[in-house]
Amino acid sequence: MIEVKGLVKTYGPKRAVDGVTFTVKRGEILGFLGPNGAGKSTTMKMITGYLRPTAGTAIVDGHDVAIDPVAVKRKVGYLPESAPAYGEMTVQEFLGFIAEIRGFRSSQSRDAQIERAVRLTHLDPVRHQSIETLSKGFKQRVGFAQALLHDPPVLILDEPTDGLDPNQKNEVRSLIKSMATEKAVVLSTHILEEVEAICTRVIIISQGKVVVDETPAQFQARQPGARLDAIFRSLTQSDT
Amino acid sequence: MSQIVPLFKREFLGYFRSPVAYVFLSIFLIASVGLAFFIGGFFKTNVASLSSFFNLHPWLFLFLIPAAGMRLWSEEKRTGTIELLFTLPVTTFEAVLAKFLAAWTFLAVAILLSFPMIITVAYLGDPDWGIIVTSYFGSILMAGAYLGVCAVTSAMTKNQVISFVISVVVCLIILLLGFSVFNETLTSVLPIWVTDLIANFSFSTHFEPFTKGIIDPKDLVYFLSLIGFSLFVNVLVLER
Repeated sequence: MIEVKGLVKTYGPKRAVDGVTFTVKRGEILGFLGPNGAGKSTTMKMITGYLRPTAGTAIVDGHDVAIDPVAVKRKVGYLPESAPAYGEMTVQEFLGFIAEIRGFRSSQSRDAQIERAVRLTHLDPVRHQSIETLSKGFKQRVGFAQALLHDPPVLILDEPTDGLDPNQKNEVRSLIKSMATEKAVVLSTHILEEVEAICTRVIIISQGKVVVDETPAQFQARQPGARLDAIFRSLTQSDT
Repeated sequence: MSQIVPLFKREFLGYFRSPVAYVFLSIFLIASVGLAFFIGGFFKTNVASLSSFFNLHPWLFLFLIPAAGMRLWSEEKRTGTIELLFTLPVTTFEAVLAKFLAAWTFLAVAILLSFPMIITVAYLGDPDWGIIVTSYFGSILMAGAYLGVCAVTSAMTKNQVISFVISVVVCLIILLLGFSVFNETLTSVLPIWVTDLIANFSFSTHFEPFTKGIIDPKDLVYFLSLIGFSLFVNVLVLER
């Protein structure tokens, strides 16, 4: 579903992402871990076609992001970090705009998609409120609703549970899990328990390079009995 | 290209979802009509014509169009929605064109809302309707050229103040190129044909014929190519 081949992004002399390669199959939830500044967001931005890779490419559902970024963007639902949205619009207006631009032009199909996204993310109570007046948790859910509105085969979520309270975190996790059977999901996070709870695979990226690519069980088996964050620390210490 | 419609709608309606539209429209009308009365000498000329109104447009636009155009891209950059926009299935050109057209339409609305001026001259005397039509046409066209410049500077920064100031300076230079004071200084150092060439790039040189009822193809070409060129640069700046 997603095939990332040797992605490189340089900013001046700094190599933010340095030859990242991995694949994600349908039904997998890939947890993307790493210290801040390790290149997680940059890698995700390149897969979605927002940033142009310096070298390498990503193939999403058969489309090469370097050749046909718009085709890739059609297949991907993307939740950017901190869930930006047009604050002056109401939730309903915003999702209507996304639906229209995602190709749901008749008002019937548009309403059906909005209805579905609102139901999945429990946005009904704030539908007619402008987004800038919402709490962080609701804003995050609006971003989430926007990402899954067109029922994409690929979901890329940059810190989807960031800023949510424990209940909301749980809810988002079970939502991701329930959708993952027919999708390929990549999510970045700082929370190691999250990886244990929902991910089928874990990749740790440090200084722009993949240092771990295995199942959570294998990851735990590296130091049996140790806490996950202890293993994480020993693998990424060179960054700090 | 069908993606332009939802983008246009969101951008255009966006003005009216915030106080921006109402503040801008009021100030625009007060300033444009006020200048015509107090500086243009609307009554003193004792002629039923709007020339005192239109002659000041190049100066009025110098401040008001950067004010309307500064947010075009810098706002998207500041709030991070640009990442959302460019992970939707749209090309950079579609986004640039849609935003430009939306802002241009908004400015056209502002200009056309001065219609009570037409009623006034029609009541006071017997104006030349041809000149009024070409003047409005030329004014809207010139607004597009100013806006093109502002859209480019707005795409270069996420700071609206910087965007505004640079827009004003660039527009001022393009405007001053046509004025004799500026030109005479230049003739002392440059050959006359060079100064003529430079004067040819001024907004005012190409706007004047419209206020006299003349639609010269070369003026049309000037404004349209300036708009086309700035849209092209706008795409380059964003894709950089």
